[in-house]
Amino acid sequence: MPEAVIELKQVSKRYGRGDRAVTALQELNLSVPKGSLYGLLGPNGAGKTTCLRILATLLAPDSGSVRVAGLDALADPRGVRERLGYVAQEVALDKILSGRELLQLQGSLYHLPNGERDRRIAELSGLLGMEAWIDRRSGTYSGGMRRRLDLAAGLLHRPAVLVLDEPTVGLDIESRAAIWQVLHQLRDSGTTVLLSSHYLEEVDALADRLAILDGGRVIAEGSPTELKTALGGDRVTLRVREFSDEPEALRVQALLQGCAGVRQVVVNRSQGYSLNLVVEHDGVIEQLRRQLAEAQLPVFALAQSRPSLDDVYLQATGRTLMDAELAVAGSRDPKAERKQAMR
Amino acid sequence: MTSATPTLLSPVAPAEAPRSALSELSQETLALTKRLFLQLARRPSTLVAGVLQPLIWLVLFGALFSNAPEGLLPDGMSYGRFLGAGVIVFTAFSAALNAGLPLMFDREFGFLNRLLVAPLRARSSIVLASVLYITSLSLVQSLAIMGTAAVLGYGWPGGAGLLLVLVTLLLLVFAVTALSLGLAFALPGHIELIAVIFVANLPLLFASTALAPLSFMPAWLGWLAALNPLTFAIEPIRAAYAGQFSLAAVVLEAPYGSLSSASCLAVLAVLAAGLFLLIRPLLDRKLS
Ligand SMILES: Nc1ncnc2c1ncn2[C@@H]1O[C@H](COP(=O)(O)OP(=O)(O)O)[C@@H](O)[C@H]1O
Ligand SMILES: [Mg+2]
Repeated sequence: MPEAVIELKQVSKRYGRGDRAVTALQELNLSVPKGSLYGLLGPNGAGKTTCLRILATLLAPDSGSVRVAGLDALADPRGVRERLGYVAQEVALDKILSGRELLQLQGSLYHLPNGERDRRIAELSGLLGMEAWIDRRSGTYSGGMRRRLDLAAGLLHRPAVLVLDEPTVGLDIESRAAIWQVLHQLRDSGTTVLLSSHYLEEVDALADRLAILDGGRVIAEGSPTELKTALGGDRVTLRVREFSDEPEALRVQALLQGCAGVRQVVVNRSQGYSLNLVVEHDGVIEQLRRQLAEAQLPVFALAQSRPSLDDVYLQATGRTLMDAELAVAGSRDPKAERKQAMR
Repeated sequence: MTSATPTLLSPVAPAEAPRSALSELSQETLALTKRLFLQLARRPSTLVAGVLQPLIWLVLFGALFSNAPEGLLPDGMSYGRFLGAGVIVFTAFSAALNAGLPLMFDREFGFLNRLLVAPLRARSSIVLASVLYITSLSLVQSLAIMGTAAVLGYGWPGGAGLLLVLVTLLLLVFAVTALSLGLAFALPGHIELIAVIFVANLPLLFASTALAPLSFMPAWLGWLAALNPLTFAIEPIRAAYAGQFSLAAVVLEAPYGSLSSASCLAVLAVLAAGLFLLIRPLLDRKLS
């Protein structure tokens, strides 16, 4: 494997003190190979933003070591800042400046000579399809255009490492496609890209490798294919009726659990008591249908699929990514967190 | 290299031999200052209000007290002439008191993080830019008021006098800017900062020699006014307007003793330096 461009070792971070302390990262280890497009997948509250803010030198970990582009981020933060582009989860633009003025400011903060700075602005605004907007005030931008400007700002100084925190959340399809395309091009031209996301489709489609983060730890790591293959078997979702009930679901579970080639049967309460099965090969499906018919049970729907990243997450945590997402929805206080994070 | 535009996105390592620290420092500071001026140019209301308010004071108070009793002011000075110095100082003071607002908004809206992930040579560039911006803004506003006062017939300090006026204003602006920047980092949000600015503004004006001489005030207010930093700026400027440029000349008979222009300037200089030293640990902590 190529050398690691980002390396976190045993990194821990807590917010607040005493009883109200929240652990965001617990002895996290992460190693991002040079030149890869790496995904950090995890539900809300998993610790993605905390991890990326530590890489961007905005936050110091309580313990552990952080290396970026060959430098110790705690000993030489300025060196890391020169080599890293950071696109934050919340876009902070100065509404009253035009896109060009913001990028000019950004260029001067990274000490680009004026000529090069202006050349980069022209290149990037062309690449990101924002020429028509570059001289308008950013206060008039759509969400997608704001993201693109933010991305351009992160890329202006040609960083070796680009870090993006949930870059496509809430974006229109066109902006999302534009950003995905640029991320691919970046990777192909040698930039290491690390992005966080809670969309597994996004990470699955984009990333060469990924780490699944949960509760401030990495619970699985590898390429999407590796992770899915390691799980093995096919997934089957079975509904005997559109809306079944618990006793019936348990009965079907008991019936199918004994079948040869069926590894696991789980009742999914949040999905109308459907059943999630892991089967060893295609032949098992026919066997299942026969069993159900013999027991005089109907089949409302039966879907078979290769394992997905969601199954990887389910396997490691016992819940789906969606359920994890719903569990924290509303339990966080963004206002209080913003206050806490304010300098 | 499958990309159609391989050079556009390929990374480039930072230059082996970077430019001198000083040139990078000035590049980042000037860019940050320029942003503040762009904001001002796009939202000129603060500039206009900053000139309009003192102008209204000058005209209204000038008219209100134009028939002030003989002997209220020393040497039979007209009230308009007397008021001029106070309004000039008040203009610079109010402008400088707002120094912390842009910084506070940057803290609140996360723009400060954008500055902090950049490889700034020194993070004090952020503070320096605010000082440069607010100093030039308040001096320009004060000069506008001085010009108007001259047109209204309230006089104009000569060459040496002008220098004395500018130095005095500069010292006051430094002190107030330090205070405001410190508040911008110490207070939780812009609402609190605006409240402090609002509450501090007028009492400081009234409890100074801007509107009336010490001899006109009850003893307690006289004491307050004689300790008020605004008074230390007003009196040398008033003396300069009256044609008195000697730094050694007594400009204020305070309850605790006589003060010369030189001692007023010294107090302001110590105050400015002291406040910058005082807020330094706070800035270091917040920007580290
Ligand atoms: N500024 C903060 N103050 C207090 N708690 C925080 C703060 N930021 C994050 N947290 C908490 O730390 C945990 C990890 O948060 P975060 O890193 O933002 O995760 P993610 O980006 O994956 O949603 C969450 O439980 C969150 O509530
Ligand atoms: Mg986050």
